[in-house]
Amino acid sequence: MPVASQKKTAARRRPEPELIFGDLWAFDPAPESADPKLQSRYQLFIGGKFVAPKSRRYFESINPATEKPLAEIALASAKDVDAAYAAATKAAPAWSALPGAERGKYLYRLARLLQDRAREFAVAETLDGGKPIKESRDFDVPMAAAHFFYHAGWADKLAYAFPGATPVPHGVVGQVIPWNFPLLMLAWKIAPALATGNTVVLKPAETTSITALKFAEIVMEAGVPAGVINIVTGAGETGAAVVNHPQAAKVAFTGSTDVGKHIMRSTAGTGKKLTLELGGKAANIVFDDAPIDQAVEGIVNGIFFNQGHVCCAGSRLLVQESVAAKVLTRLRLRVKNLRVGDPMDKNTDIGAINSKAQLDKITELVAAGVDEGAEIYQPECTLPSPGWFFKPTLFSGVEQSHRIAREEIFGPVLSILTFRTTEEAIEKANNSAYGLSAGVWTDKGSRILKMSTALKAGVVWANTYNKFDPASPFGGYKESGFGREGGKQGLADYVKLT
Amino acid sequence: MPLGAPVALRRLFDEIGTVDAVGVEERVAKYATRSIKTGSKVVGLKLATTMVDLTTLEGKDTPGKVRALCVKGLHPHDDPDIPPVAAVCVYPAMVKHARKVLGYDSPINIASVATAFPSGQAPLRTRLAEVKAAVSDGADEIDMVINRGAFLAGEFGRMQDEIAAVVEACGPATLKVILETSELETYDNIRAASFLAMRVLREGDFIKTSTGKTSSNATLGNNQVMLDAIRDYYLDTGTAIAMKPAGGIKSAKQALTFLVAVKETLGDAWLTNSRYRFGASSLLNDLLRQLVKMKTGTYPAPYVFSEAAGTY
Repeated sequence: MPVASQKKTAARRRPEPELIFGDLWAFDPAPESADPKLQSRYQLFIGGKFVAPKSRRYFESINPATEKPLAEIALASAKDVDAAYAAATKAAPAWSALPGAERGKYLYRLARLLQDRAREFAVAETLDGGKPIKESRDFDVPMAAAHFFYHAGWADKLAYAFPGATPVPHGVVGQVIPWNFPLLMLAWKIAPALATGNTVVLKPAETTSITALKFAEIVMEAGVPAGVINIVTGAGETGAAVVNHPQAAKVAFTGSTDVGKHIMRSTAGTGKKLTLELGGKAANIVFDDAPIDQAVEGIVNGIFFNQGHVCCAGSRLLVQESVAAKVLTRLRLRVKNLRVGDPMDKNTDIGAINSKAQLDKITELVAAGVDEGAEIYQPECTLPSPGWFFKPTLFSGVEQSHRIAREEIFGPVLSILTFRTTEEAIEKANNSAYGLSAGVWTDKGSRILKMSTALKAGVVWANTYNKFDPASPFGGYKESGFGREGGKQGLADYVKLT
Repeated sequence: MPLGAPVALRRLFDEIGTVDAVGVEERVAKYATRSIKTGSKVVGLKLATTMVDLTTLEGKDTPGKVRALCVKGLHPHDDPDIPPVAAVCVYPAMVKHARKVLGYDSPINIASVATAFPSGQAPLRTRLAEVKAAVSDGADEIDMVINRGAFLAGEFGRMQDEIAAVVEACGPATLKVILETSELETYDNIRAASFLAMRVLREGDFIKTSTGKTSSNATLGNNQVMLDAIRDYYLDTGTAIAMKPAGGIKSAKQALTFLVAVKETLGDAWLTNSRYRFGASSLLNDLLRQLVKMKTGTYPAPYVFSEAAGTY
């Protein structure tokens, strides 16, 4: 046919086809304008009211996108932590004696108040943590509310959660949460503890304390009995005081593996119940029969969600060799479209790195990747200044022994490895100190079932990634910790069964 | 992959890959969260205006109605800043009336739906005769429907041969191949049909979602599957096929979301009316309404604008 032959000769003369994602149609900035209602100085929340720290010391919370201070936060000393535990201990008997339905009412109230002030919380979360407003608006705040709703539902049904046993609360729970999902982690910790009749002393991360203290305002508004929820702020020392306090019957920690190990040592032999949710280096495994475009989307969601500040981030991509080139081309095209910049802009996909220290750590690990011979790809984009930002980064040609394949980077950096057979994929995926999550992309249902049991990970997502639900338990294997959060399994960690 | 898909289709999927429906819908939902404000909104609205194939496809169409449509397409609004549309789209019998109004050096094209639109259920020679008649009456672009029966029966060769025959009958006219996505039912089938069509099309020819005559027409989902197919085909062969979603796009906001999909899937080269079109009758007035709002700050009432086709 003449048409077809003409086409062929024309195609041969053409240069390599490429797609250009330029600024023919540039989007104007679309800044979020809601008022986060921040105070200039935040006190500790102990015994149902805000109190000045006995240490009289304060530290600054910095907006990572501008490097400007947002508010002063009280620094809790050991004495302040003592006071918080005293308040929690005092409140515990009455709180645990409340009928479950009554406790549920408070939890529902907290959930609804969070929803009422969702936009305000989302803006505060983004200013404080650097994550894009669309994530705090569409994920963090709604999901935090969902956790309170979910656990409110359990509060009066505990007998059904543990048939044949009587669930008894531990008493006072000491909780320490990380900076990547400040409000959501607070919800994951506080909601099940309260539903099961415990009282809590919670320490948010020092760089992201603001939404926890705003949450304390909601706690007052909801009329939660004094002392049931106590929030103390500060850095590592405060955290150590919370964890090591003799009145802590249970300790729950989410954060780095190093600190987790330290906590394990310090709580050993004390009789304290402990759950740890630590680091991860998840394998996201793409087989050659996977729907490529959707897999690419899942890879992007897996590693660039919250700038990669996600313990279950799919930071090791394992691609079957036969489709590796194709997946990599599509991935690069997709990454070109990610918008890095002002987290308050509704069109921003990748916001600011939470702290200077974290940015330095990412930079160091990326340099190590280049040194070790992996091939780096970063899209052309200009990063705002001031502010702590990092370009989305793809490393191809990564080997198992490279640091970037073994260490948790906690940033927007993806290491790409290849495999040939299913067995090799399983072996490589499990060849890690961590085991928090994994992803599998394939059209074949039987392979999904096989992989889900063969992979040593707390969660295995199939043909999707980073899906969370309050009803679904989340937690790790190996150095990713132990204990579960969410679902019935999460509740079980907050009760003694007699 | 649907149960009982013919062997030929399975083989084709091995070659071109499959689509995960849940993943596609998640992806396209993100386009709608892009916030398009002020200057970028004006640019987007004007771009969308230049991409409209202003359409009337009704049994009750008359030369008078087509004349009104042509004039509206040329001068959508009093404001000289507002560009003309890309084309008017009419039945073959109306092509000569449109040509009379537009003349031979018109800035807008005449597109005509041929090949026994919308069902395609006529003998091939009749369909080809219809195409030739429309082109000789002055059509610049032909919108054809594929033989869905042949596709669903697994007779891919026949479906492709028919498209190739229409390509030849078109001569210099641009061809737009309507897949009628709702009758193909699955995203896998839409991807397969897109590839089968593209393999016999020329650079600059279109694949198009639907006739607008079934209950479900262009959606962000099927638009995305087809854009992905165009991108894959382009990266493999260097041949740039164009895209036209048709039917059901009524608001300016929807149109902008579709454009975001183009911007983020195919990039700048497809943000032009030679590579992307909207098949619509009522979309134009909403685009105008928004453009006037951007200029004056108030929304004009719908009756301020002239009737394009059918409804406001």
